Amino acid sequence: MLHQIEGSKAMARSIALCRPQVVCAYPITPQTHIVEGVGELVRTGELNDCEFINVESEFAALSVAIGASAAGARAYTATASQGLLFMAEAVYNAAGLGLPIVMTLGNRAIGAPINIWNDHSDAMALRESGWIQLFAESNQEAADLHIVAFRLAEELSVPTMVCVDGFILTHAVERIDVPDQAAVDAFLPPYEPMQSLDPADPISIGAMVGPDAFTEVRYLQYFKQHTALTLIEKFATEFEQRFGRQAGGLLRTYEVEGAETLIVAMGSINGTIKDVIDEMRADGVAIGLVTLIAFRPFPADALRQALARARDVVVIDRAVDVGMGGPLASNIAIALRELPDPPAMHSAIVGLGGRPTSKASLHRLFRQAAIQPWEGPHFLDLNEKVVARELHRRGKTRRVGPAAEGILKELEKERVEKLAERTS
Amino acid sequence: MNEVQKLKFYQKGTLTVGNRLIDERERNVQASLDRSNSLTSGHRACQGCGEALGARYAIDAAMRATNRNLIAVNATGCLEVFTTPYPETSWQIPWMHSLFGNAAAVATGVAAAMRVLGRAETRVVAQGGDGGTTDIGFGCLSGMFERNDDVLYICYDNEGYMNTGVQRSSATPPAARTATTPAMGKEAGNVFGTGKFTPKIAVAHEIPYAATASVADLHDLEAKVTKAMGLRGARYIQINVPCPLGWGAASQDTIKLARLAIETGLYPIFEAENGYVTRVRKIRRPTPVAEYLKLQRRFAHLFRDGVEDPRVAKLQAIADRHIKDYGLLEEAA
Amino acid sequence: MFEVRIHGRGGQGVVTAAEMLSVAAFLEGKHAQAFPSFGSERTGAPVVAFCRISDREIRLREPIQNPDALIVQDPTLFKALDVTEGLKPDGYLIVNTARSLSEMHLDEVVKRLPAGRALTVPATELAMKFINRPAPNTALLGAFAAEVGVVSLNSVLEAIRRAFPGNVGEANVEAAKAAHTLIAANAAA
Repeated sequence: MLHQIEGSKAMARSIALCRPQVVCAYPITPQTHIVEGVGELVRTGELNDCEFINVESEFAALSVAIGASAAGARAYTATASQGLLFMAEAVYNAAGLGLPIVMTLGNRAIGAPINIWNDHSDAMALRESGWIQLFAESNQEAADLHIVAFRLAEELSVPTMVCVDGFILTHAVERIDVPDQAAVDAFLPPYEPMQSLDPADPISIGAMVGPDAFTEVRYLQYFKQHTALTLIEKFATEFEQRFGRQAGGLLRTYEVEGAETLIVAMGSINGTIKDVIDEMRADGVAIGLVTLIAFRPFPADALRQALARARDVVVIDRAVDVGMGGPLASNIAIALRELPDPPAMHSAIVGLGGRPTSKASLHRLFRQAAIQPWEGPHFLDLNEKVVARELHRRGKTRRVGPAAEGILKELEKERVEKLAERTS
Repeated sequence: MNEVQKLKFYQKGTLTVGNRLIDERERNVQASLDRSNSLTSGHRACQGCGEALGARYAIDAAMRATNRNLIAVNATGCLEVFTTPYPETSWQIPWMHSLFGNAAAVATGVAAAMRVLGRAETRVVAQGGDGGTTDIGFGCLSGMFERNDDVLYICYDNEGYMNTGVQRSSATPPAARTATTPAMGKEAGNVFGTGKFTPKIAVAHEIPYAATASVADLHDLEAKVTKAMGLRGARYIQINVPCPLGWGAASQDTIKLARLAIETGLYPIFEAENGYVTRVRKIRRPTPVAEYLKLQRRFAHLFRDGVEDPRVAKLQAIADRHIKDYGLLEEAA
Repeated sequence: MFEVRIHGRGGQGVVTAAEMLSVAAFLEGKHAQAFPSFGSERTGAPVVAFCRISDREIRLREPIQNPDALIVQDPTLFKALDVTEGLKPDGYLIVNTARSLSEMHLDEVVKRLPAGRALTVPATELAMKFINRPAPNTALLGAFAAEVGVVSLNSVLEAIRRAFPGNVGEANVEAAKAAHTLIAANAAA
């Protein structure tokens, strides 16, 4: 049924339709509305047989989910940013134990400096934790991906993270189709655990594993993620057949026919990019888009195939590995290097800490990639003047003070200058 | 429930296993051939390990109290390591280890799963050492208490991080030598801080049941576990379990040390219900703390060259205060 | 695509106004996207919310920089920031005030817009009269329906009822209707 509804509320409904049995909640902006929404559905009785537990930290949230999942219940939680880092140890633990927990990540930057707005730093920080990571392009997909995520997680017994852009998706009110219970039940069978704590059949879970077996245990995880590549495609097809719309899959292409320049991006920015591509195509520019949905497992083969014929590939990263560059770009580079004649790759760092990405900036970026390519990562819309001033100031003295406050002061100076210009 | 491994008595005719020669009513769980033997032999604990002893009695008592319908969650630590050198496991019950600091939360999750799956008769025990309980697991523990989740948390308190090589925890007594509080310098050993006695904090949460116990009194330990398993909600038992390795004591002195800890007043044994202390284990005649300290190399620097360090008196003051605060002294008849 | 930007202060229902507008469009079978300017929410702080309305799926996620219509719920904001920044040359400006645009020193802005596209509504007064609370958002939406017409008054009223069930909703409906009547009468005059 169609609703004009906040993204978070739609996700909450679709999560509830998956009949989670234990839901752990700990508040952190911007995912809070999602678990609040699930909690409300438990209180109204729309979601039955569900234990909704308010815990004291994100570390506890995922730990409670770990216990519940190991004891045979379908477990769900959500977090963002600092919360994901606070539970990091448990994130790895859930993956290592092979517990099919589903978690929403309301993507948000990581401090310091403290910042509550959207980027992908959190998901990137734990990309090696062993979770499947799926990125939603729209709120419709954000809602739908949870249904796919539970199916995928439980089929393989691998935890799955649904990555949803904080605020941009979580707080946007849009037209979203929330499926009915029967359809979800038909797609998602009841949870049948691969391992379970049961006095009738006692097992030990979580033993220490030494050098003699650790590699093999890890290989099994690697193998499962590899298997997931096939399953993600399979479930996406099945989802489309049942629900009549796309959700999930490894990647999606847009206007790639004959494209000389191809953009690769994850998450909600894909919508804006599509509008830009329509405009550029209308101007006769041969440009297209590859939307990456599955970041872990990383679909190197599918990407290689999708990007092989392009002359230029622009990779949009919503995070920066400060000692390296764009994490997605690093991964794409690995996928492309096996091509005999690989396209030129251009890395762009975009929309950090919630900086809005405008169509105008993307137009400039995409044109520049073809005409005047840059070296290394390009920081889109970087205020070079402010950075230069701050670098200059820092070059002069040792005791320069904190970086964030320095930049803020320079920015304020710039604002005052502009104001003076306008009034004079 | 399927059959757990049948118990084998190796020491027939001795008093060692379960006091089988004493009156039947006086015997403990371990004396029964039908005991669940949840933590079976062959584990890798050190000789004289107080924790292995405490865990076996505690979990067996919990097994009997729950008709073997029990799941245990374990924090990282000695108990976890020495019981599960996989593919061997000493646990005859469903058992799970997740992380160092999250045993209480994982147990909450297991209990929630049991409720939602309609198997609430299956009970949950969480267990960990003092480091996993009073330090790194403290947040999760307090959360479990405050929500009154249906979990019995058992802390095996050996007063330090023994698994990592005897480092100081918040349960390490003042002046004690550990790897991170060496017996060097002017104030050798652990600092005299304010102390952190987690059972008191458990009582402050007003949970249905909180108690201390000791491997020196296994009847009392069993009775407390049994009582705790008869209740619902958050419950906490902290068991004093001497560690021969970490304390620098002879392995045959484990019980003796545990008894002295009680009788000096250093380790008050009590139980509390819903925020009030309801019973304490009385001491007939308090033993001076020096008698207890002298048996342990971790306190040896307090008695160097036959001279008693003035801090022994400060430790005595702590014991005296416990005796007064908890009313430990038995009234003369 | 029609883009609306709503300015106000925390506690005035700015975000709710954008949401109600999107629901009104949704009820007419249109696609709509409402979203707030994201930040720590504090009562009294300047707040912006956005609403896009379109016949096609809305993919664009950038904040609205060049609105087709601007609703200003708190006239004191003109002194604090450049509220009309980016307003399209043929855009609409709806200001909550009992005073005139001249008295608000908005003649420069009015001059830039086609005749009749800038107007004032005493929305707070209407809100006090009907709702007994200084919540001008629903009255402004009534005025918006009369002046801009991207959504009908009926859709706005239904959206209000969905946002505020019961008596509160009906009071808000009355405020919106009154504002609508006021603006429609002005336009006819």
